[in-house]
Amino acid sequence: MKYIKYLLVGILFGITLSKAEVISWFRIYEMFKLQSFHMYGVIGSAVAIGIILMYLFKNETLKTLYGEPIVIEPKKKGIPRNLIGGIIFGLGWALGGSCPGPMYILVGKGVISILVVLLGAHLGTFLYHAVKHKLPH
Amino acid sequence: MDFILQPWPWYVAGPIIAFCMFLMFFFGKKFGVSSNLETVCAMGGAGKFVDFFKFDWKKNKWNLIFVVGLIVGGFISDQWLTPDDTVAISTETVKDLAELGIQNGGSSYLPDEIFSVETMLSVKGFLILLIAGVLVGFGSRYAGGCTSGHGIVGLSSLSMESFIAVGGFFIGGLIMTWLILPYIF
Repeated sequence: MKYIKYLLVGILFGITLSKAEVISWFRIYEMFKLQSFHMYGVIGSAVAIGIILMYLFKNETLKTLYGEPIVIEPKKKGIPRNLIGGIIFGLGWALGGSCPGPMYILVGKGVISILVVLLGAHLGTFLYHAVKHKLPH
Repeated sequence: MDFILQPWPWYVAGPIIAFCMFLMFFFGKKFGVSSNLETVCAMGGAGKFVDFFKFDWKKNKWNLIFVVGLIVGGFISDQWLTPDDTVAISTETVKDLAELGIQNGGSSYLPDEIFSVETMLSVKGFLILLIAGVLVGFGSRYAGGCTSGHGIVGLSSLSMESFIAVGGFFIGGLIMTWLILPYIF
């Protein structure tokens, strides 16, 4: 039962990305064509509120359900890792029109072909960890 | 009710996304989707081939349940909350898509030219879907996060690493959209 809260947040997130058309290949294409503000508005307004939330986490106005401070784990440092990894991700995001969240949401929408994309995403994850010792980080 | 059935504008979606992130941290967890790809690989026995995947995947069960929620959310939205599947993309975008060879841009969530079952069953169509996935999986784990972990959480915490990663997302996305897609279709 303690897991049901994560399920509910997932459902809310899934409905929101569906209803805001973030899971649409067309919206991603339009974003990279710089022809609409929609996607920038979605990400930008989430980040704007996120910045305020992070401030409230840091000064401990907001704590966890268990009264503990909320600490954000820093991302791993290194320009090659973030830049090259980011570029590879971006190529795939624009080709398939979906990042990991929307892939799962599209499964729920009943899109059979997204299973091939998801299979690829797992293959890519496996491949990265198989060859990462040879890559610059 | 009508408001819910209409497409949601960005100023509704963005704040709810931030609220979802808040809830995950409030519950003492993290907000990031792509780490689930590693969890599923570990679950599937990838540890037999690559040592990294020998971690105890059960400790990430909460995140797998979150992903099950995404699937359920997609189903609920499709079944009951989206009477009209058209996506009102800009008229220039529709025109550019037609030139690219993708007809009826925005007539549904996804173009048939990439996502129809018929396309999936062709060699080229299957490879496009598979390669898109491989790039997303490889890139997100190389960079250590995707649109949620780097894009929302990372940018919100003003992390330099995430600014570099998201900059990379856009460099890759622009290269694909402007320079590579015209050669694929």
